[in-house]
Order: sequence, then C-alpha cells, then structure tokens
Amino acid sequence: MEIIMSVVIGLLFMAAVYLMLSKSLIRIIIGTGLLSHGAHLLLLTMGGLGGNAPPVVADGVAVSDYADPLPQALILTAIVISFAVTSFFLVVAYRAYQELGTDNMELMKGTEDHE
Amino acid sequence: MSNLLLFPILIPLIVATILMLFPNKIKMQRLIALLGTIATLAASFFLIYKVFNDGIQVVTLGSWPAPFGISMVSDLLSGLLVATASLIVLFVVLYSFPTIGIKREQSYYYPAVLFLMAGVNGAFTTGDIFNLFVFVEVLLMASYMLISHGGERSQLRESIKYLLVNIISSALFVAAVALLYSVTGTLNMADLAVKIPQIENTAILTVIAVLFLVVFGFKAAIFPLYFWLPGSYHAPPMPILALFGALLTKVGVYAIMRTYTLFFTMNIGFTHELLAIIAILTILAGCVGALAYFDVKKIIIYNIIIAVGVILFGVSQMNEAGITGSILYLIHDMMIKAALFFLVGIVAVIFGTSNLRQMGGLIKTYPLLGWTYLVAAFGLAGIPPLSGFPGKLLVVQGGFEGPHFWGSIVILATSLIVLLSAVRIFIYAFWGEPVETRPLKKSAYRAMLIPSIILVAITVFFGVGAELFMPFVSDAAEVMLNPSLYIEAVFKE
Amino acid sequence: MKTNDVMLQTATKVVTFIILLFAVHIFFAGHYTPGGGFVGGLLTTSAIVLLMLAFGIRTVKKILPINYVVMTSVGLLVAIATAAASIVFDVPFFTHAYDYFDLPLFGETSLHSALLFDIGVYLVVVGVTMTIIQTIGEDE
Repeated sequence: MEIIMSVVIGLLFMAAVYLMLSKSLIRIIIGTGLLSHGAHLLLLTMGGLGGNAPPVVADGVAVSDYADPLPQALILTAIVISFAVTSFFLVVAYRAYQELGTDNMELMKGTEDHE
Repeated sequence: MSNLLLFPILIPLIVATILMLFPNKIKMQRLIALLGTIATLAASFFLIYKVFNDGIQVVTLGSWPAPFGISMVSDLLSGLLVATASLIVLFVVLYSFPTIGIKREQSYYYPAVLFLMAGVNGAFTTGDIFNLFVFVEVLLMASYMLISHGGERSQLRESIKYLLVNIISSALFVAAVALLYSVTGTLNMADLAVKIPQIENTAILTVIAVLFLVVFGFKAAIFPLYFWLPGSYHAPPMPILALFGALLTKVGVYAIMRTYTLFFTMNIGFTHELLAIIAILTILAGCVGALAYFDVKKIIIYNIIIAVGVILFGVSQMNEAGITGSILYLIHDMMIKAALFFLVGIVAVIFGTSNLRQMGGLIKTYPLLGWTYLVAAFGLAGIPPLSGFPGKLLVVQGGFEGPHFWGSIVILATSLIVLLSAVRIFIYAFWGEPVETRPLKKSAYRAMLIPSIILVAITVFFGVGAELFMPFVSDAAEVMLNPSLYIEAVFKE
Repeated sequence: MKTNDVMLQTATKVVTFIILLFAVHIFFAGHYTPGGGFVGGLLTTSAIVLLMLAFGIRTVKKILPINYVVMTSVGLLVAIATAAASIVFDVPFFTHAYDYFDLPLFGETSLHSALLFDIGVYLVVVGVTMTIIQTIGEDE
C-alpha cells in the first residue's frame, strides 16, 4: 500500500510541477492545488498506514491495530489552510486578470520600472 | 497565570476580530488598534520579566501532557523577539495613520496588521513544529492580504509571484514535517531534541535538516532563495513594507535558529558548515544588490538580505559569542530596518519618487530628517556605539573562535559596503543641488517623523545601553546552547 | 441572455432544504463521529451557492441579508472566547469541559464546550466562503 501511495504522490508532484511551469495563471493555480494534495498524501503515508481501528481505547484491540490519529489531524489542518490559500489565490488572480488584462505569466516578468 | 505567554498572541487576535465588525469608523479603528498593540507590548514586557525571574514558561494546549499536546514555550529568545515584534507593530500602526490613506484604512488594514502580529508572535512562541507551520500560515495569510491591499497594478502582479513562492514553500514545509514525523514519530520540539540523538541513521536526518533549511530559507531569504524578495517587497506602500522587512524574514531566521540549535545538531560538520557558507553567500549577494540599485526602497531591501546572512553566520558557529551576537543583531536589525523604511518613506513622499537620481538637497529644508537618517544609517552599519555594533562584534568574534575566520573577515569587509550603500542615500537625497519637492503638510510631516525619531532613539539606546540588555541576551543564548534546559522546562509540566 | 432554468429552480427548492438538514446532521455528528463545524459550514455554503445559481445573486441577497464579514468576525470571537474561557479558570488554554445531562426529549446527553467552539468554526467557514464567492460573483 505504501508503495502505491508513494507512486501516487510522485505522480501528483510531477503533474504539479508540469502545471506550475506553464504560462497560464489558472494552470499554475491548479498546479499549486495538486502540489499541496501531494504533500498532504505524503503526510498521511509517512504516518504509516498500519492500523484500521479508530484511535479510541477499546477492549480486545492490540496497540498496533489503531490508526495513527496525528497525521489525520495534521492533514485536516493543512487541507483547511490550503483551501483558504487557494481560494485567496483565485481571487487575486481574478483581480489581476481584470487589472492587468492578461493571465500570461510571461508578460508579468520583471518589475514595473523595467517596462 | 499559566496562560500569560499566550497573551501576546491572543490580544492582537481578539482586537483584530473586533475591528472587523466596523471597518468604516476610522477613528475607532485607529484607537482600538493602538490600544491593542500597546496592551500586547505591555504583556510581552511582563512576560520577559516573568521568564527572566522564574525560568522558561510552558503551557500545553488543552491540558494534554507534553509530547502529545501542543506545547507553547516561551524562553528568553522568544520573549525578546515577541517584545521587539510588538514594539515594531506599535510604531508601524503609528506611522500608518498619516501615510496609509483612508481608502486602505476602510478595507480592513488594521485587522490584517494585527492578524500578522498574532501570527508572528505565535511563530516565535510555539514549541511544536507543525504548530509553527500553522502560525507561519496565519502570518502569511495576513501578509498576502497586505501585499495586495489596495489592488494597485504593481501590487497585484507582485502579489501573484509572492503567493506562488510561499505556497510552494508551504507545501515543502508539510512534506518536510511528514518526513520528520516518519523518522522520529514526534513533532514536539523538545521531544524531537530527545529522540533525534537516539537515532543512529543520521544521514536521513541530515537530508531532513537540509530540507527544513530550504523551507525556512524561502521565508528568511537566504542565498539562492531570496530571488522573490526584492520584487515583492518593492510593491506595497511604505508602512506595510516596514512591517514585512522588519518581521517576516525574521520569522524564517528564528525558525532556523531554533531548529538548528535545538535538535538538528546530529551532523554539525555538514549542516552548520553549509549554513555558514550559505550565510556568507547571502551577505555577498545582498551587497551586490545594495550597491547596484538607485532606488531607495531597493537599497534597504537588499540590506535585509545582508542582515539575514550576518545573523545566520553567528548561529552557524554554535559557540557562545556567535549565538549571543546573532540574537543581539537580530533584535537590532528588526528595529533598525523598520526605522530606516520609515525615514526612507518620508524621503520618498517628499520627492514623490523612490529613484535616487531624481533627489537632492534635502538637508536645507528638512535638517532633522537628514540627521536622523544619518544616525540610523550608522546604526545599520554597526558604527560604535550604535546598536549594530555589539551584535556584529560578537558574531565576528564567534567566527574567529570557530573554524570560519574567513567568514568574519567577509562580514567586516562588507560592513563598509553596508555603510556605503546607506550613506549613498544620504549623499544623493540630502546633499547636492536642491530638487523641486512636493508640498508636504507640516502636521503630516510631523506625524511621520515623530515615530521614526522615537524608534531611532530606541535603537541608539539599545546600542549604547547594550550592557543593560546583556543579561537577558546571554540567558537566551544559554538556553540555545544547552537544549537540556529547554527540554526539562517542557517535560516538567 | 435569457435561459430556461425552470428545472433547476424547481429542484433547488427541494434540494436546498435537504442539504441544509444534512449540514445540521453532519454538524452534530461531529461530536463523536466524522463531521463537525468545518464540513457543516461547507455544506451550508453549498446550499446557498445552489440558491444563487438558480435564482441569481441579487435575489438571494434579498432573502438572506447577511453581512458575511461580520458573520466571520462573530464566529472567530465565539471560537476564541470558548478557548479563552479556560484563562478565567486558570487551566491551560483550550482545555475543554464536558458533562452528561438529562435533557427533556433527548434523554441523557453529553454536552461539551467543544460544541461552542464548533459553532464558531461553522460561522467562520460559512462567512469566509460566502465572502469569497460574493466577491468574485458580484463582479459582473
């Protein structure tokens, strides 16, 4: 299971890098979304995918059968944060598109005084 | 009062939330924001007093015992940094009254500043590596808002790049935390300091340490990762720039200081050597930028990068002089950068441009501004007895005591470049043929100048009275050099 | 352009209430099982967004005249106040209290101060997401 997850994480990172290297702003935002998905999945996998039982002490369940609760809590936090950041990024991108009249990163190179 | 150390985080958080209720009442906004920052400053001073007398303060959120719950730890290093950050936010708020403009004040400017303050103070206080990530995101979120605040063309295009860089570094942060968790099975910093020496495979830990260096390096703007900083910081208006320049990079620097002294000490020969080399390269890169540009904002912005290098070089030496020096220099740098941005901001307002070539002859019309700027510039370069001197002296001494004497030589040599770059602003803006200036109301000028002068006076006091602050700073350094003090304090609870 | 959205509008009238009820269910389910303020808030938002798609932003604004920024702020205050109540009792921040009560109709119920915190989270999530959607959506 960990092997499959590692491959999936790798694929997500790969797609994210590919998307973020493109010129269109919307592709870049989707890329950042995939990148954080990859990171979250990495967090889940690194915690170990061993146990199935909910992490509440119960009779007749060995310690090794409990799922690790910490990565889940961490991921939830990270997902909420990346949700907020992505939505903010979308708003800023939309405003920038209105103001600058382009979503092409090539045209946003450099600073104002270099124009 | 076990919760005292949370007050510098909670007060700005609550005040910011209350301010969101009535964005249009500007007088109330200003008053409450000011009172909130003053209360935070008072709480942080009381916290330092308490830590200095009673030792490290710890609280574990939700009453969960130490390695399981989130610990908030306040030792003298974090206490001093929280107090300095609160002081700077107070002055930034004061400086914002005449400069930021009513339109921005009406669109949640003060709440954003206070949320940033809560995030910065939280990042300085937390004792859990994932909680550090959360607080960094809180302050980044506020900084995203501030950098695009007002929605000018240049701000929007720079904020997109700033957002992108920080989102990537945040994703790397989560990945680094994941790897660290898989190797050690804990994220509590004190517990990490216990567990890491027990792990025999140091190679994987070294990789993780370098990954964390990359993550924090993005925030701190170290050598190859500083590329985003000059462009992004150039866009927002001056009070926001002062806030960013004084606080944001310092959070990254603090994170490197904390992790590299507390638990990433298993392979000092490699990681700290790398840190020293990167620190020196950072200084050199900053010097090139500071000399190359004819833009007052850009010159000071590149000086931020130089200071980051000096502080990290002190940390990388891992001896008493180096670390004491880097703490002193860190506090000095936070204050002097804010003061310099304030003063340069006034100059830019007077000329209506930040281009040095279009300035000149200001000393006749605004003498007080000129001499204050000169004092601040000397302080930046570390001319004795001003505030940069004791810190830089100790960092250099630490370099000579350690294996990197060449680094100390570079720092000494580049001090001259720092001085040149800062004085160049003085020469171009204040000497020479007077250039036509924009009319500036006396009251507005005074409202901008007074906070700047007070802040410069505080830095001068910090330099001249360095002996007064030494007990606090050397205590802070002692905790950094003996992680066992930190660990005992956390697990005593 | 005038589109025919009778089907969407008719369906929305029913589906919105189902989603809202489900949101309430999920919100309270978070007590011991998956769910809670965040998911409940997102579901509520999705119900409101569905209304907006079917009837237009202006109509929805008329029937739900809520200032979502104030809602966010109130939610944050509720959440912080719940956590900060522990300061008054001089126990570490975020320490929660809970007990079992015999309520009419419900029987023995466990009440937890985390519920108050979750109400705060719920308000923040609805407030923030609606603010975002309104900022982009109103801009035509």
